Amino acid sequence: MAVNVVEDWLNACSGCEISILNIGDPLVDLLPQLNFVHITALVDHKFYGQLGEGKAMEVPEAVVGIVSGGVRNEEQKHELQEIRKRTKFLISLGSCACYGGVPAQANMWKNEDVFEKAFRQSPSTDPSPNPEHPNVPKWTPTCAAVDEVVKVDINIPGCPPHPDWIAEAVTGLLQGKTSWSLPERSVCDTCPVIREKKSGGGPVKRWLQNMEFNPEEGLEKMRCINEQGFLCMGTVTLAGCAGKSGVPRCIQARTPCRGCFGPIRKGAQPLVEMMNSLTSVGLDPKSILDRRALMNRYTGGHGNLKVLPARPAK
Amino acid sequence: MSQVINIQPVTRIEGHSRVAITLDDAGNVADTKVHVQTFRGFEKFCEGRPVEEMPRTVCHICGICPWAHHLVSSKAADRCFEVTPPPTAVKLRRLMQSIAYVSDKILNFYFLAAPDFVIGPDADYSVRNVVGILQAAPDIAKKVVHMRHLGAQMLERFAGRAIHPTFSVPGGVSKPLTEQDRQSMLPEAQELLEFSKFSMKFAKENVFPKYLDAIKSIGVIKVGYLGTVRDDGALDFYDGKLRLMKPDGSYEDFAYDQYLDYIGEWVEPWSYQKFPYAKKWGKLNLALENPVGVYRANCLARINVADKMATPLAQAELEEFRAAFGRPAHLTLLYHYARLIELLQVAETVVELLNDPEITSTNIRVPVTAKAGRGVGCVEAPRGTLIHDYECDNDGLITKVNLIVGTTHNNAAINLSVNQTAKEFIKGGKYDQGILNRVEMAIRSYDP
Repeated sequence: MAVNVVEDWLNACSGCEISILNIGDPLVDLLPQLNFVHITALVDHKFYGQLGEGKAMEVPEAVVGIVSGGVRNEEQKHELQEIRKRTKFLISLGSCACYGGVPAQANMWKNEDVFEKAFRQSPSTDPSPNPEHPNVPKWTPTCAAVDEVVKVDINIPGCPPHPDWIAEAVTGLLQGKTSWSLPERSVCDTCPVIREKKSGGGPVKRWLQNMEFNPEEGLEKMRCINEQGFLCMGTVTLAGCAGKSGVPRCIQARTPCRGCFGPIRKGAQPLVEMMNSLTSVGLDPKSILDRRALMNRYTGGHGNLKVLPARPAK
Repeated sequence: MSQVINIQPVTRIEGHSRVAITLDDAGNVADTKVHVQTFRGFEKFCEGRPVEEMPRTVCHICGICPWAHHLVSSKAADRCFEVTPPPTAVKLRRLMQSIAYVSDKILNFYFLAAPDFVIGPDADYSVRNVVGILQAAPDIAKKVVHMRHLGAQMLERFAGRAIHPTFSVPGGVSKPLTEQDRQSMLPEAQELLEFSKFSMKFAKENVFPKYLDAIKSIGVIKVGYLGTVRDDGALDFYDGKLRLMKPDGSYEDFAYDQYLDYIGEWVEPWSYQKFPYAKKWGKLNLALENPVGVYRANCLARINVADKMATPLAQAELEEFRAAFGRPAHLTLLYHYARLIELLQVAETVVELLNDPEITSTNIRVPVTAKAGRGVGCVEAPRGTLIHDYECDNDGLITKVNLIVGTTHNNAAINLSVNQTAKEFIKGGKYDQGILNRVEMAIRSYDP
């Protein structure tokens, strides 16, 4: 018997939905167990009736609700609240839903500054008032994570979340396991590189040069990226990007971790912990330009990124 | 009393939009609007970020085409720092782009568009989807799921990520392709090429012939086109010059950094999405009978502006297509046909690049120094031309960002196509689910 599921993207890029498809061949067996009563990406169910006659948004009842994306406007907020009301279990899918994600970097500016830039300060745009219409939802005060608006039962972080975890959490739910989380391990705990707990010291290097490595050799022969002197967010980032097996994905590309699975523990402070971690290998973390945004790249919701008071002129 | 039909959300597309169709007292279409409902503000919040972080920040604009944003950003960053990546780095960027686009085109054709054609535009919505295809044609559906995923696996195994990549960097790429990598990819690339050939044949034999009438009635408009061509006029996804074609087929070519002379963006109060228009053709006018300034991007636009395709199988298909539909071909549903011609080109390109002896060179990045500058990069994303324009300060921190991205180019055209389709099918207040789905089919052609 298939389980009814509502899925939708809020302030999202659709990468989470593509990651669902990246479950690959097992998807063929999983799909028939899920009855998608709503999924914007794949099925033509409409919130205003199939003939467009409705006057208000109607979200169908379902056992499972899955939302990707954070909350950026009033309609997304309303839809999320409706989904919560009509579903038994709610899954936050991906780092935008869990933490605000990359778009929550907008929280470093006042909303009016973001609109000013797009609609009046863009060199290609004929300067215009902000769009304003009943069918163009107003922005919420901040770009928020889903659990800032409603109660969430399962968080599946990642940008995108690995298909292994999506499949595991969803099939677990189908079997009655109503909670799921990743073990509290860091990316470094799953990273095979060589660590000696020290670096060459000095300022943290800009990522303007490649890591040192022999391409014919595996990662187990490459020196840790932090210890090579670069900023890698692995020490303060939750492990899991490579799924149940495999090495951390960005490291596989011989590039630094950018922190997409978010903090290892709820309430952790990646910025403070990352600064400490760099110090512990002898690097000067204050040499990093733009560290506030780089170290909260995916975690700007929950008040982590906000408008700072203007600095006095030099 | 006038009535408003709300199609919300528009489905089997990427992103949030709704269509409002207003009927007059006689039940005929008085007005239509496609409201794009989301706005995220990348142009503002990228300010202050180091240029080298941009390629792996702006990829998050789109989870379906992250490689396109990743690469266009790398190209803009190359220009900001005035570096030229080594030939092998460019080839590796092209290789990753081509693999990603194979998956993307399979996704669009089979998962998003095919339900309208294989299950049928009037079928109940509960079966008019990929799950319905799984039941109606399980063998093909399984193959499709497998092939789309195969491309993603190739990207992940080598570049770590299929979605939101980190591989391309200012001055080059992060790692070389080893001979072992190449050997493991080659048979898979061949498999994707065979599947691409199958898809073209399958569509020409089983899908397109049934919809010859629909092609002439859904989304029909006559506007201009934008795309990228090489110096020899062949379609190129990664680099070249921009070509802007008028509805009559005449065109002008221009370099990326001249885009402000050719393209303006208009804002309507009823959509967050802007309306790019061809500046030199006059003030934007969305009147269905006589639109002004409207051009389209994405596959149909590209195969219209290109003199030829870059690979032999795709070229043979283009010749057959042009013999049937001319140049420029204006019928909107032909986007699906054009998409499969492009699928062949990208699949052929993957095999070609993997057989290039230079692809395994380890010379993959030039030295880069942060400096002040401006860089305009362009690539062809699956959904149309991407324009990323960055300025940075002496520390190489971003001071200004201007973006015009794929589907935005099609905003005006999508609105026109929706208007045309609604007027064609909704008369005297009579309409049904199949008719409303045809309105969405007009939108889906653009793969927004």
